[in-house]
Amino acid sequence: MLVFLVRRLLQAVMVMLAVAFIAFLMFRYLGDPVNNIVSQDATQEQREEVRKRLRLDDPLILQYGRFVVNAAQGDFGVSYRNSRPVSALLAERFPATAELVLVAAILSLALGIPLGIYTALKPRGVLSQGLQILSLVGISLPTFVTGILLILVFSVWLGWLPSFGRGDVIDIGWWWTGFLTATGLKALILPSFMLCLFQLTLIMRLVRAEMLEVLRADYIKFARARGLRNRTIHFRHALKNTLIPVVTIFGLQLGGLIAFAIITETVFQWPGMGALFIQAVNFTDVPVMAAYLVMVSLLFVIINTSVDLLYNVIDPRLRTDQTRATGRGA
Amino acid sequence: MSDTSFTGRLRSFADSDLFYSFRRSKTTIIAAAALVLLFVTAVFAPQIAPHNPFDIAGLNLLDSELPPSWMEGGNPAYWLGTDTQARDVVSSIFYGLRISLFVGFASVLLAAVLGVFLGLVGGFVSGFVDAIIMRVADVLLSFPAILVALLINGVMRGILPANQHEGAAIVVLVLAIGLTNWVQYARTVRGSTLVERQREYVQAARTIGVGRLRIMLTHILPNVLGPVLVIATINLGMAVLTEATLSFLGVGMPPTQPSLGTLIRVGNEYLFSGIWWVVIFPSATLAVLVLAVNLIGDWLRDALNPKLR
Amino acid sequence: MALLEVENLKVEFPTRKGVLTAVDNVSFSVEQGEILGVVGESGAGKSMTGAAVIGLLEPPGRIGGGQIRLDGKRIDNLSPDEMRKVRGRHIGAIFQDPLTSLNPLFTVGKQLIETIRTHLPMPAAEARKRAIEWLAEVGIPAPDRRIDQYPHQFSGGMRQRVVIALALCAEPRLIIADEPTTALDVSVQAQIIALLKRVCRERNAAAILVTHDMGVIAETADRVAVMYAGRLAEIGPVARVLQKPSHPYTAGLMGSIPRIGPRPDRLVQIEGSMPRLTDIPKGCAFNPRCPKAIAECHHLRPELRPVADGAAACLLYEGVTQ
Repeated sequence: MLVFLVRRLLQAVMVMLAVAFIAFLMFRYLGDPVNNIVSQDATQEQREEVRKRLRLDDPLILQYGRFVVNAAQGDFGVSYRNSRPVSALLAERFPATAELVLVAAILSLALGIPLGIYTALKPRGVLSQGLQILSLVGISLPTFVTGILLILVFSVWLGWLPSFGRGDVIDIGWWWTGFLTATGLKALILPSFMLCLFQLTLIMRLVRAEMLEVLRADYIKFARARGLRNRTIHFRHALKNTLIPVVTIFGLQLGGLIAFAIITETVFQWPGMGALFIQAVNFTDVPVMAAYLVMVSLLFVIINTSVDLLYNVIDPRLRTDQTRATGRGA
Repeated sequence: MSDTSFTGRLRSFADSDLFYSFRRSKTTIIAAAALVLLFVTAVFAPQIAPHNPFDIAGLNLLDSELPPSWMEGGNPAYWLGTDTQARDVVSSIFYGLRISLFVGFASVLLAAVLGVFLGLVGGFVSGFVDAIIMRVADVLLSFPAILVALLINGVMRGILPANQHEGAAIVVLVLAIGLTNWVQYARTVRGSTLVERQREYVQAARTIGVGRLRIMLTHILPNVLGPVLVIATINLGMAVLTEATLSFLGVGMPPTQPSLGTLIRVGNEYLFSGIWWVVIFPSATLAVLVLAVNLIGDWLRDALNPKLR
Repeated sequence: MALLEVENLKVEFPTRKGVLTAVDNVSFSVEQGEILGVVGESGAGKSMTGAAVIGLLEPPGRIGGGQIRLDGKRIDNLSPDEMRKVRGRHIGAIFQDPLTSLNPLFTVGKQLIETIRTHLPMPAAEARKRAIEWLAEVGIPAPDRRIDQYPHQFSGGMRQRVVIALALCAEPRLIIADEPTTALDVSVQAQIIALLKRVCRERNAAAILVTHDMGVIAETADRVAVMYAGRLAEIGPVARVLQKPSHPYTAGLMGSIPRIGPRPDRLVQIEGSMPRLTDIPKGCAFNPRCPKAIAECHHLRPELRPVADGAAACLLYEGVTQ
């Protein structure tokens, strides 16, 4: 187990170094860093000065090393666009995205798993068939179109829910939360629903497919032959086996949620990191782009590593069989 | 090992089971019909569009924000109404469809060519080059496609001078989406290549001194095209969707050259002024397009290639 | 009264091209403590018969006619939940592949305890004690330690022992064992068969042993039923059927088994192959392959009739009895 853990952590560090290298290359070569710092009418001497101060003439490997050390301390330089430290920008945007993604993730699991089980157990039911069709539409409908439809119906026509922003947020020291106010919670409904919809259909379809597969397994047939109650068979034996692949996919999808939050935040003008990133792409604000890339990669790596560890906890075959457990990590 | 050769696939293409499953699946027939209709519309947009939305001289601002023709205040000349600039919504959709489909096809083509090439090279050359290609593929695959496309997009915008952003938008999009989606082709082709190159005919070709490049092109390539076709179909839906998303986010096609995504983005800004038709109809078109492509992709995958499931 | 009586059992499969009959008009009975062997080629309907008895036909398969009685009480028309209570408690089952019969995510102890407590109300601690006893009973060393291990930590033979313990732990009086040794190493097969036979004898439990292995039947069973194309060809005491088969098909089966002896006979093989369910010939299903077929065999379907100390479905005997 320890060997496995160390291996995984080493891999994670390697991935992060690679991502940091890409971010560094963007930072160094995408546009001239000097031009973005000095004013338009700066003299040649001023430019040289900045160049020296940024130590852009050092060997590349040194510059990269410095970039990594700074990034590890959360220092990504200053945004070209609004001349504020990137870390401060990200820090104030992070809670909004985190809360949105968290709610969407919980929603997609809390709805997707039961619906998947239901459609697997009652494949011929009217509700199941309806859900199947709906999920096909849900997977094909562009997420921003779903968002627009939600706004059109619930904000424009019905006027029930807000169409933009986070509502009132409360400062709890190091985090601005929207969970503690009525407007904050209300503002979360549409965006989190839009964000979770795609993952929800995915999880529902996955759970359904896995469950149908597992229900055909010999050990389920044998469990029936032992006269176990349907409830026990479905919700103990089948469900546990179904959830193993769901855990993996969900880990991957959590990364997807963070990425898709970019779209949701654009549709609902949600003040999160995704909206910040889009602005950065639009204005080639390289420090912000690079920082977002590093930050999101870090989240991905953390999620993937935890999923692998979680996998080990759930599946006894991996837990006791060291050779296989470490082999999987590759 | 099932028959992975191209002729084998062609035969299974022609196998009556395929036609049987096509005829049996009503949804597939409807999807195919919808897709053909959308293709024809896109290709002949300049000929069949009732108005030219980009001909500023032809726009009459008095006709702006007209609702669809069946609604009160609608004008029969503008079947689905007009936008704030008096552009005909139907015609805008036709032209937008044209751009959306063009970007979709072009990026799929780019991804397929790149992926097949890298897959062939990786599978045939092995060693260090292969390791590098597959590592890059792994990393790319671990990030959501939309994020990778956004990054590539951002980098290319950084490389191009700002005044060329609009003109180069379509190229930037094709590159961003194409460079994001090659991994699946490369993996599949590499796998088949590894199998194929062990076959006697390839070994024989090598021993009589046929060059590596020629072996790849004449012996291996035709054998891996079957699965590539399936992936390409499935990817087309993804590519169209990615383009629309990028355009919606404002980093894709500019409003002067709108794709469906751009139309939705522009329409979205007027959502609260009650002119819902400028956003709903392009959205519906996009949804139908993607749904139809996905349905056909699903069907093709199931009917042709159970292995890819 | 026999423990299990099967009367004119019919198992059907509705398909696109019409209803297929996988088990056709099969009747037999199993006495208390008796081991009945069921043999036949794959697709002969032997597993299907077992599945029908325990009420686990895979949809769309269904019982299309006939009766199944346990202790004189019909069980073929029970509600799903009533039938569930019969399974495990009154009729146990063992399937072919021990590697896949156990849920990989639960310890063998958990699976044993849940089975015991589903059918026999008792506190968890007592059920655990009994589970350990069962593991010891089926010959698993150090059962008090092994009980908390997962299936993948057991070898194939050991797993099948666990499966046997699971099938028997709620003390059913009838076991249906469907090819219980086919997936195992040859060296382990004999042990498992011996174990199965011992635990059944000790508890006076009856068993239906489905297999295509005549050797296993000869070793274990009291009586044997021979199935062909969904029909019962012959049924009777093992020793007599093996030595002096009544039905030409059984005779053919016997001829195709290699024997070790001073003067090994030549292996005789039955010409052709068993028909598919979609095109079973008219009359006797065996007629195209039968060396003794007469004209009537092509249009008259033979009924199962008493022959010697058993019964056979062959027109050759209809003439004798009429």
